[in-house]
Amino acid sequence: MAQASVIEAIRSTLDEELAADERMFILGEDVEAGGVFRATDGLAAKYPGRIIDSPLAESSIIGLSIGAAHYGMRPVAEIQFADFIHSGFDQLCSEASRWCYRTKGDAYLPMVVRTPWGGGVHGGQHHSQSIEAYYTHMPGLKVIAPAFPADYRSLLKAAIADPNPVLFLEHKRTYRMVRQELEGAPAESVIGRARVTRRGGDLAIFAYGLMLHESLAAAESLAGEGIECTVVDLLTLLPLDRETILEAAKATGKVLIVHEDTLTGGLGGEIAALIAEHAFEYLDAPIRRVAAPDIPAMPYHHAMESFFMPDAAKIAAAARELAAY
Amino acid sequence: MTAVRPRRVRSQKPIDDLLLSEHQLEEMYSYMLLARRINERSLALNRQGRAPFVIAGVGQEAAQVGAAMSLRKGVDYLAPYYRDLGMNLVLGMSAREAMLNLLGKRDDPNSYGRQMPSHWGNSSRHIVTQSSVVTTQFLHAAGIALGAKMRKDPVVVMTCCGEGSTSKGDFHEALNFAAIHKLPVVFYVENNGYAISERTEKEMPLEHVADRARGYGIQSAVVDGMDAIAVYQNVRPAVDQARRGGGPFLIEAKCYRLWPHSSDDDDSRYRPKKELEEWARKDPLKLFRERVENDGIFPRADLDEIEEKTEAEIREATQWALMQPDPAPEDALGFVYKEA
Ligand SMILES: Cc1ncc(C[n+]2csc(CCOP(=O)(O)OP(=O)(O)O)c2C)c(N)n1
Ligand SMILES: [Mg+2]
Repeated sequence: MAQASVIEAIRSTLDEELAADERMFILGEDVEAGGVFRATDGLAAKYPGRIIDSPLAESSIIGLSIGAAHYGMRPVAEIQFADFIHSGFDQLCSEASRWCYRTKGDAYLPMVVRTPWGGGVHGGQHHSQSIEAYYTHMPGLKVIAPAFPADYRSLLKAAIADPNPVLFLEHKRTYRMVRQELEGAPAESVIGRARVTRRGGDLAIFAYGLMLHESLAAAESLAGEGIECTVVDLLTLLPLDRETILEAAKATGKVLIVHEDTLTGGLGGEIAALIAEHAFEYLDAPIRRVAAPDIPAMPYHHAMESFFMPDAAKIAAAARELAAY
Repeated sequence: MTAVRPRRVRSQKPIDDLLLSEHQLEEMYSYMLLARRINERSLALNRQGRAPFVIAGVGQEAAQVGAAMSLRKGVDYLAPYYRDLGMNLVLGMSAREAMLNLLGKRDDPNSYGRQMPSHWGNSSRHIVTQSSVVTTQFLHAAGIALGAKMRKDPVVVMTCCGEGSTSKGDFHEALNFAAIHKLPVVFYVENNGYAISERTEKEMPLEHVADRARGYGIQSAVVDGMDAIAVYQNVRPAVDQARRGGGPFLIEAKCYRLWPHSSDDDDSRYRPKKELEEWARKDPLKLFRERVENDGIFPRADLDEIEEKTEAEIREATQWALMQPDPAPEDALGFVYKEA
């Protein structure tokens, strides 16, 4: 089978799922025409009435999906850019996340909200953001951020099958950056499990999305210098796979957490706390974080943009220091 | 509710002009009365320190019962707001359940003690779980209606809020989407004149919420929300029209909040006593009683009997509910996620 990009993996998965389940439909801005990133290209013609252009209103997209899921449909909503999801914050966090909790499971919401996130595309402040930390603070939601096409496929399938609201984050910089065979790729990923993508004894790097690719590139160049890294692809950001995280931390004794999100309040703090709490005695060095600086959002100009974004070189520099500690 | 057994069997045949049969009129009165008496008992329990919080629909019983009686039980959906005890009773909530809810008991089917009282929800009765955040339910209702329309189910969704809550974006987004897709939703606004302390003119520069519908291409109506029969006469056709595919409808019921906002509110800070007295003369229960008595539909004795039965029902329900188990502390855990 031919190799697929991330966007192709998403499109073909949506197609398969629409074919498999009559209850599924897609709701979002410009989705009938294929969407601005072309994730829904060709689907409107193939599934008449089930690819629905929403008005330009994010609270609507999420609130309507809640109602439809409650009714027994399988909505897969698209928020055009993650940066604009916040007017749907109330619907996701005050409503969807606690639908099951507040009814003790009498009602539940099998719904997915897909959205492109992340920077490195000259998108400036409002087309580049990492929004995950707002939502990983909300038990009741599941938050997923894959890196490789095959994981996009298996986790999108899992998200659609899941009876809970899932926020499915798609790193827009990787849409056409990585290609992979979808069949026969590494073990099928499941929600709630991280994956060790590379093994090495000197330190463990934890990352997701675009930063997973940057971390793998850093690990590759460090290997040439004799520094062997374990690289963990977190895949599911909520709930975190504590077991895999703690195992990797214990096995290496040195931990580097990488995210594109700003440092303070980012997911790195939670992972660091988890390791400090449960694997402290295994640590040989202070936990390190490589993250974006604490400024409100990614600046537009490419010089400032690349200053903002962590990359393989910055990751490798931090890893070298950690290895030498 | 447990059956109120009048002395003679009520006719099921609609009375001319009313659209309602004697049997339905009796139900209407019984539900309104039950709602009122539950609210009164709730406040008494609050003052005794047994119920931390009460938010009531006193003054809105006609608006609620008249509207909910237009729905098909077990078929239609209701996404209510916190004052809608009367609607819940019509759709099947018992006095016992209402008391479990008030007391936050373990077996309260609305939220099992996980939400404040009057945050309704009951999947088997098609009552959509509701939070404290006002007007979010308008989009849920439109989403349910979208699902029903896609599946071609003959389902109507009713969703409710107060007039103050129509300032929120979700109100407008829901009307917009429902109108675009001609969804079977009845948006129902209970205009009781106040949003806590803010009078309607602080919420909008219009006299009628219903006038906002025109901006979305939705049909609307204003109805006297103190008159249960008039409410039914206006809401029922809107529900029928929505079911036939005629699209959404906005109905504004003009009513009045006869009590403070909640058990924690002191309305003397902002509400003139005279205004309250004037509206109290239009008490929906009083109006209904006078009307059916004067029209000779029910003799006074029958109405008195309904009162007595209702009292007895609430007394029993309260005593029973007070003895029901509370949630265990660790019941706070669990059901964060639905197991696949
Ligand atoms: C989004 C939101 N903001 C504020 C509140 C606090 N609050 C609860 S009820 C209320 C007033 C609502 O007034 P209205 O919609 O007219 O309904 P009423 O209480 O009069 O029936 C306010 C401000 C809330 N519950 N939700
Ligand atoms: Mg009000």
